[in-house]
Amino acid sequence: MFKSSLRQIGTALTSRKISSVELTQLYLDRIARLNPALNAFITLNPELSLAQARAADQRLAAGKADALTGIPLAQKDIFCAKGWLTTCGSKMLHNFVSPYDAHVITQFNNAGAVILGKTNMDEFAMGSSNETSYYGPVKNPWDTQRVPGGSSGGTAAAVAARLCAAATGTDTGGSIRQPAALCGISGLKPTYGVCSRYGMIAFASSLDQAGPMARSAEDLALMLNTMAGFDERDSTSLQRDTEDYARDLNKPLNGLRIGLPQEFFAAGMGSDVAKAVEAAIAEYKKLGATVVEISLPNSKLSVPVYYVLAPAEASSNLSRFDGVRYGYRAPEYGDLTDMYEKTRAQGFGAEVKRRIMIGTYVLSHGYYDAYYIKAQRIRRLIAQDFAEAFKQCDVIMGPTSPTTAFKLGEKGDDPVQMYLSDIYTIAVNLAGLPGMSIPCGFGENNMPVGLQIIGNYFDEARMLNVAHQYQLATDWHGRSPTGMEL
Amino acid sequence: MSLSTLDVEKIARLARLAMDENEVEAARNQLSGIFGLIAEMQAVDTDGVEPMSHSQDLAQRLRVDVVTDSNQRVLFQAIAPQVEAGLYLVPQVIE
Repeated sequence: MFKSSLRQIGTALTSRKISSVELTQLYLDRIARLNPALNAFITLNPELSLAQARAADQRLAAGKADALTGIPLAQKDIFCAKGWLTTCGSKMLHNFVSPYDAHVITQFNNAGAVILGKTNMDEFAMGSSNETSYYGPVKNPWDTQRVPGGSSGGTAAAVAARLCAAATGTDTGGSIRQPAALCGISGLKPTYGVCSRYGMIAFASSLDQAGPMARSAEDLALMLNTMAGFDERDSTSLQRDTEDYARDLNKPLNGLRIGLPQEFFAAGMGSDVAKAVEAAIAEYKKLGATVVEISLPNSKLSVPVYYVLAPAEASSNLSRFDGVRYGYRAPEYGDLTDMYEKTRAQGFGAEVKRRIMIGTYVLSHGYYDAYYIKAQRIRRLIAQDFAEAFKQCDVIMGPTSPTTAFKLGEKGDDPVQMYLSDIYTIAVNLAGLPGMSIPCGFGENNMPVGLQIIGNYFDEARMLNVAHQYQLATDWHGRSPTGMEL
Repeated sequence: MSLSTLDVEKIARLARLAMDENEVEAARNQLSGIFGLIAEMQAVDTDGVEPMSHSQDLAQRLRVDVVTDSNQRVLFQAIAPQVEAGLYLVPQVIE
């Protein structure tokens, strides 16, 4: 069952070959056995999971099942789920049992899916290695000396080790795609506005977007069908007709035009990553695609622009954590300001504080135009580059991350080196475009390499088609880490 | 670009983050490195380019000004650090 696709699991459940309770227990047992070495989960609550599984079994028996009814999924610990501890990887929320559901959680609950647990993540989604989590780093299932990537590192490790059927992530600057690449799984960040941000703890609101992480493009399509949809509680949620994201999976790729940005295939990319990505492009040519060289001249500015805009939005969003209404409060304090300052100093980790400080500075009097407005102007130039590029091609491809998974602690002391890990993913968030990563081979030390596929606005169905056709022709996505066999 | 100790202390105060001397010094070094990276922006000519806050330049959707949520005070205050008689307690502000 751990090898099955979501569609196959759904069929096994509806044909009563296995019950949701049995399946959920199988996953909980596997988690109990393998998770201690990985630390992929922050919270498990078998009682809640099995109660959902029992309800799903009743629904299955009544013949009222949806595609995901009874399927055990993991949820990134950034999504508020009623009755579940929801920490966002932070000490600040170490005792926050959410009183409400995020919209994405409501969608999964309505579909009858089972929440297996809440996955570990970089604190407030700020990190690229999962080392900033208050609950300890996640280990990469392919090599437990290495990071899984971040910020959705717990989700990526859980999917790679088959500790859940599929899972959710969020992506502000690469937090779905980079860990998907580093853990050898598939992940999709939809167009900004496709999935509601309601109840998804905010980091940088103009960039944050939820998306699925799974073992194949086909599974991603089923997940996105449930996650997407208009929600009036998120003012940036887009009102669009409902789509079946799996509708184009089986279209042939004849005539597909792939744009290769010259800036992505330049210095900076590891030679092992380059080799795997180039082999994937060659495979696409065999599948009938043609290749056109494109240019994204301003993409090199995406890291500096991001490290103005994201911290600015974060410093504003995280001002809500004051020790008054929920979460951590310092045990000892004097006056009100002292309570705020001590609560925040003790409740936030080093990286979160760093970003709050960057944001506070760039928004402060006298610097606002030079930093914040300047970054927003360059953001438009970056988006315009993509608009020009999509006049010549249907999708853009390149590496997801410049290297394969690095060792735990390797980039710990140097924030700037860590930030550069997202050099190929950040521009996509700034432009609000959909992007995904699929496994395309292995690099040095036998660590997975991810191929990034960037689509035009609302082109998720085509991207999933492009990914699915590759996954029919190759088996990189079907490999599992040693020691995690089924 | 390098920040002074005074700059960092001012930012920490604005951000409501208590910091000791060592933390201020560490933050000063790391923030200076990050602002070095950010400085690459200044070389770009952005004259006449409109700032972009939304990828599709959509205006904020507005809703009708009516109550849509019920009173959930008991539920929400159940997870608060300190409450009394339906109020959140903080150190006294007004004498």
